[in-house]
Amino acid sequence: MNDRFEIPGRLKNTSMALIAVGVLTLVAGVVSLLMGQHSNDADKARFWAVLLHDAVFFTLITTVSIFLQAAVSLAQGSWLIAYKRVPEAIGANVWIFATILAVILFCIVFGFRNSHHLNSIFPWVTPGDDKVLLGKKPFLNPAMFVGFTVVFLGLWSYFGRYFRAQSIAQESAPKNDTKIYWKIFRMSGVFLFVYALSQMSTAPWYWIMSIQAHWYSTLFSWYTFASALVSGFSLIMLWVIYLKNQGNLELVNKEHIHDLGKFMFAISVFWTYLWFSQYMLIWYSNQPDETVYFKLRQQGPYSVIFYANFIINFCMPILILMSRPAKRNYFTVTFMAMIIIFGHWLDYFQMIMPGPLGENWHINWYEIGIFMGFAGILIMSVSRTLTKSNLVPTNNIMLKEAVIHVSP
Amino acid sequence: MAIKKFAVAAFDDEAVLFPAVKKVRSSGYKIHDIFTPFAVHGLDEAMGLKVTDLHIAGFIYGLCGTSTAVGFISWIYTSDWPIVYGGKPHFALPAWIPITFELTVLFAAVGMTLTFCYLNQIMPGVKKHVFHPRQSDDMFVMVIEITKHMKEEEVIKFLQSTGAKETSVQTAEAGWWYGRWDKKEPYELAAG
Repeated sequence: MNDRFEIPGRLKNTSMALIAVGVLTLVAGVVSLLMGQHSNDADKARFWAVLLHDAVFFTLITTVSIFLQAAVSLAQGSWLIAYKRVPEAIGANVWIFATILAVILFCIVFGFRNSHHLNSIFPWVTPGDDKVLLGKKPFLNPAMFVGFTVVFLGLWSYFGRYFRAQSIAQESAPKNDTKIYWKIFRMSGVFLFVYALSQMSTAPWYWIMSIQAHWYSTLFSWYTFASALVSGFSLIMLWVIYLKNQGNLELVNKEHIHDLGKFMFAISVFWTYLWFSQYMLIWYSNQPDETVYFKLRQQGPYSVIFYANFIINFCMPILILMSRPAKRNYFTVTFMAMIIIFGHWLDYFQMIMPGPLGENWHINWYEIGIFMGFAGILIMSVSRTLTKSNLVPTNNIMLKEAVIHVSP
Repeated sequence: MAIKKFAVAAFDDEAVLFPAVKKVRSSGYKIHDIFTPFAVHGLDEAMGLKVTDLHIAGFIYGLCGTSTAVGFISWIYTSDWPIVYGGKPHFALPAWIPITFELTVLFAAVGMTLTFCYLNQIMPGVKKHVFHPRQSDDMFVMVIEITKHMKEEEVIKFLQSTGAKETSVQTAEAGWWYGRWDKKEPYELAAG
């Protein structure tokens, strides 16, 4: 069974246009920073913080696809196999976002200083005589930061390409050969170990939590993981539905869409659980060094985003995606997938921006333009990877199980 | 409920059962129920059973739990026995969310379990007629209600033609009743 995807002209043009918008926005940002009469520290911080926000967001939501393949392989699940090429294609392009993220992170750590020669995004880079930051120095220092970032991003990029390469190699293996299956099975265990130590713990500490370096939360990484996971599911959903609309992925039916819809619903609730757990413990114990985080976000200049975040990411999914027909309806799930991706983009926005920007935050041409640029890179790279192989993993030993799959 | 006459057909293979179900339905007979020793995937669709509204009931039970928790706790802490805890306001909603969540789950779970028992007519202390002693062992037992417009012999002959291994005609109580397994069934008592 042969199912080839060819990039339609419209998708190609859209992705090119989005990338062009992103590049133009970046150039305009640089120009306005250099030429602007009133460019001050807040504008400089905004320039870098927005790039950081989008790079972190896109890296984390694409890495979820690798996590998903590994988790399903390790559980010997079959429900993903019918559209396995989609998470594979997304995971194989993690290296692009990882590279961009690494460049931006190193530019901020080593290059970015405000007019007082302080790093206002990662304050631990220039601790001065701040006792708290000096006390955290063994962990929060540029050498450790660079080391961990390179190792994590390198491993994610490698595993994303490795899983896809192995899955493609299975196509030319003898029929019903399980050698590669067990190879992927073993490596999935290794990847989950790596992922648990990176995305679920250390990586968000370095990239996001150290922006407000005085504050810490022990479940912050789980919270960012849940946020990335639900957006990652929504991203896969959008690709699967797009490919179905193009006449590809004939074997994928409403049962598979229902599965993804269930995950979007369930992980939204899981995200709310973690979001609320973090909030309530800080609210209840009322320690000044902890409440400073929510003082800015809930009662300060970010209260609009704080409440919008809760409504978009909890109230909407739970009410709209609760019923079974809604999860099997292409329009509802597409709409909710876009809403969820936007909502969690906002969630990351309110994790990152309050530290460097304070009350000077904007969601304006620059923020939207950079987001569009990243979306363009995602669409172009993933669609190009999708064209390179048969969309049906014909030789996968789980394929029959995947096709007759029923989502009750 | 009601005492009715049933034609009972026992099959020993689910591969025979599925075409039989199809034939019975297309011939216009009404299937009362099918008893199988294990959950047979796809049988509910083959029988034409609709998806139940159990989950809508569950949603309503959950809402009852939420409103009970929020209403009761807020009544206690704001009007019945207002005490300041840790400098929090009397109406300290975030602190109540865990209890509200628990009560929502409890109401939904208990309510749905009881509704499930009611819909399937199963409950501790409740008895139902057993059509075939091997229906929980190795036989798939299809039960068809015989109305007064149908002839018993024709139904039995038809069921045998679909591949049934054993057939019988039984008069039995269709629903459930309170009782013990060692007692006689109500229609047997009524008949003496």
